[in-house]
This record gives sequence, C-alpha cells and structure tokens, in this order.
Amino acid sequence: MPSITFIEHDGTKHVVEIDAGTTARDAAIDNDIPGIDGDCGGNCACATCHVFVADEWIDATGKAEPESNEAELLQFADDYKDNSRLACQIPVTDDLDGLVLHTPMGQH
Amino acid sequence: MATKLADIEDIYAIPLDKFNVAQPELWEAGVIEPYFDRLRKEAPVHYCAESQYGPYWSITKYNDIMEVEMNHKVFSSESSLGGITIDDPDSRGEGNDMEYPMFIAMDPPKHDAQRKTISPMFAPSHLALLADNIRARAGEIFDELPIGEEFDFVDRVSIELTTQMLAILFDFPWEDRRKLTRWSDVATGTPESGIVESWDQRTEELFECAEYFKKLWDERINEEPRKDLISMMAHADATKDMPYMEFLGNLILLIVGGNDTTRNSITGGVLALHEHPEEFAKLVADPSLIPNLASEIIRWQTPLAHMRRTALEDVEVGGKLIKAGDKVVMWYLSGNRDEEVIEDPYEFKVDRKGARRHLAFGFGVHRCVGNRLAEMQLQIVWEEILKRFSRVEVVGKPELIYSTFVRGFKTLPVILHK
Repeated sequence: MPSITFIEHDGTKHVVEIDAGTTARDAAIDNDIPGIDGDCGGNCACATCHVFVADEWIDATGKAEPESNEAELLQFADDYKDNSRLACQIPVTDDLDGLVLHTPMGQH
Repeated sequence: MATKLADIEDIYAIPLDKFNVAQPELWEAGVIEPYFDRLRKEAPVHYCAESQYGPYWSITKYNDIMEVEMNHKVFSSESSLGGITIDDPDSRGEGNDMEYPMFIAMDPPKHDAQRKTISPMFAPSHLALLADNIRARAGEIFDELPIGEEFDFVDRVSIELTTQMLAILFDFPWEDRRKLTRWSDVATGTPESGIVESWDQRTEELFECAEYFKKLWDERINEEPRKDLISMMAHADATKDMPYMEFLGNLILLIVGGNDTTRNSITGGVLALHEHPEEFAKLVADPSLIPNLASEIIRWQTPLAHMRRTALEDVEVGGKLIKAGDKVVMWYLSGNRDEEVIEDPYEFKVDRKGARRHLAFGFGVHRCVGNRLAEMQLQIVWEEILKRFSRVEVVGKPELIYSTFVRGFKTLPVILHK
C-alpha cells in the first residue's frame, strides 16, 4: 500500500496510506488533511485540491499538461507555482510510494 | 414552502412540449422545485420552444450541468452571444439593449486575465486578514437588533451585512454604501419585478453607478496600488484600459456577485433553521458543525438559480442534440436537488456528508471567485447568532423575489429570542 506524506503550510506532517488506483485527492479527503477541500468530488472541475509537489517527486508525478483542464483551473489557484498540481489528477501507483505533497493555507 | 398535492397533479398534466420553468411568477410563489422534479424524471435535457425569453434548453441533472460547465469551448459565456443569464439584452427594447461585457460573460483567454486581476482579494491568506473586521461589524449589527420584537431580517441583517462587506472590498464611501445595494437590485431587476419603473430607469441608474465609480477610479489610478477591488483593476494591465461599458459591466458583476448571493443565503439559512428545529438543536449542541452548515445553506438556497451558455456548435447532451446558437440554461437549483448525486436532497442536514459538493458556485473556469468569502460570511453570521440568541423565530411568510436568476427574499419577518 503506497504512502503519501502531506506537509501543511505550517510544517505539520501527515503520513497516510492509501490503495493504489485511487488519487492523491482521495487520500487527502479520506484522511481529513487540512487545506484540501476537493469540492467537485475529484472531477477536475473546481481546483480546490491544489497541492505543491515536492521537488524530488515532480519528475515522478509529472507537471500539469499545458492546455489541459487541470492547467486551466490551476492558473486561478492562489499562489500557483511551477510544481502546482490538482491532487485529483495524480493517480496513486506503487511507484509513487513515499510521495511528498505540500498543502496550501487554503483553497479558493 | 410546501406545494399542495393539487399543484403537483397540475404540474404533471402540462404537456412536456409546453413545459416552461422560466416563469418568474413560479419562482416568486416559491413553487418551482416540483417542476424541476418532473423534468429530471421525464426530460432532464429539455427544450422549451416558447417563453418570454425565447426558446431555450434546460439542463436539470447534476452531472449534465457539470458536463456543460466543463466544456467552455463549446458552451460560450460571451456577452455578445447573450451572456450568462436567460434574458437577452434585446428583450430590454431599443435604447436599453446595450451589452455589459464583464469577465463572467467572457470566454478564455480574456476572461482568465481579468479574473486573475481581482482574485487575490479572495485568496485564503487575504480572507484571513478580513475575518476580524467582518466579525466585528457583524457583531455590531447583531448587538443593535431588538429582542422579542418583530423586524425584517433581510433589511436589518442580510442586506446590511453584505453591503458592508462589499463596501470594504471596494473601499467605498461608507455613508453611501446603500447605493451598492440599490445598484445590485437594479442590475438584476426588471420593470415587472417592481424594482425599477422602466428599462429606461434601469439604464439610467446603472450609468449613475458608472459615474460614481469613475470618480473613485480616477482618484485611485493616481495613487499607489492598494488592495481594494477598484485599485486592483485600475492598476492591472488586463483591466486598466477597459472601454466604458466593460468597466461598468465588471463593476456590476462584482456588485451583484458580492451582494444578492450572500444576502439570500444568509436569509435562506434563517428560514431553513426555523423550519428544521431538530437541525438547529444539533447546531446548538455542536457549533463545530457551522462550516458544514454554511455549505448546506448554500446548496439549500442556491441563491443564483441558473447560469446560461450559448452553444457554439452542434453538441449532444444527455442524448439530445443541441444546435449551434441555442440558448442553454443550467439550472443549479435543480442540480442541487438531484437525488442521483445528492442523498435525500429535500432534507436540510447541518451534518450532511460531502456538503461542499453542491453546484451553487458553478464549476470550471467560471466557478464563483468569492466562494470562500461567502462561506466565511455565513460562518461568522451563525457563530455570532449562537453567541447572542437562543433562537431566530420566523413569524410570517417570506416575500420572494420575482426572478428566475436571483432566488431569494424581499422580506423575512423574525423575532429574536434571548
């Protein structure tokens, strides 16, 4: 079972384990990770599961595809950066075991 | 607002090809929901050939609405095609049929650039800075209310609170703030609604709004940039050189967006908790439910009942062929009552699971930019009410607004109990 570490904006760490085949958004919602809302239910429609992928993991997760729905929505997220992703668009596989995601102060 | 059984039978007796939910009378009477129940069951994507707004499609199911929201390349918001409400500018008649371009009624990429100009106002870190001010002002409003004596909650609380909020966001002259309320009402009002006497009067008042803001704009463009919505637009590349009508359009957008919506959710929450005393008891027993309550109130009220798009090409939705140029209305209210996605949609639950998963803010690139501010305002309202009063009792029938767009209240008589 892959594990994901969410690090809040104040540095608080949460290590959670989830089934491969779900998404990082599900991992956050199922474990009540602060700073992630996921309003649309994981449909890439609201940009309220915005996370920053840790530098050492960005090659593994990839960046948001240019011109995708994800990239389009991310541009409106607060503090959008090069390593911004929507967690609902990060499918969790065994290869991502140990993934580190930073969560923003809040979503909007 | 229960509908009598006889009404329900009548609703099901209407031939589907004559079925028309876009009748403001039905909304004003508070009987629209069972009409949508029938459409979701029998014709979830429905064409109405004749209405006072011309022909239009109704999208009534949650997932279909989501599909239309996400496909902005086909379903345009462009104001020159009719914009985002069911009524077209030409319905206002010659001389009043001008367009009001605003970023909610634009498609990407222009939409994106303008939206980004003002969105930092609503960033979580900035909202946190606004919270104390909002709470203090809400507290002052509540402290001045009479106990045990009837008054209109809409005027004394809902309008006052949202107007103050808007005045803060614009850094608008405080003593003139009720002008914002008036301009918001006028912008969504029609002669039939009683808000304005004529379309001429509406146009005239909206231009007074533009002139008032033009003075503030001209002052601020010559000052250092600061964090109010006028200054932010006056100093940003995407908005600083807007044509006059676009300047006015964007102002109207921000005024209506921050006013009608939260005003009616605040009032709707009071009514809902009055009608569901067992839910109010849960809230009193566990105030940590307040954030969840805010989302449930917004779903329950759905203060903007629809958004409209115009199809740019032939496209199929829910098995129906929508033709290029057709008017497509996404009924958020109906989507928020869709039993396939929302469990027990007609139950008001302060502890609803997944309460945020409602459609009232829309989805996709046009999703409400102020959604977190709206939630914060509602949360603060209920925190401050619970601190002061044991109950907000509704003591008469609410008067509802004559509109298929703004779903809300003209008045709500209440008595506060210590």
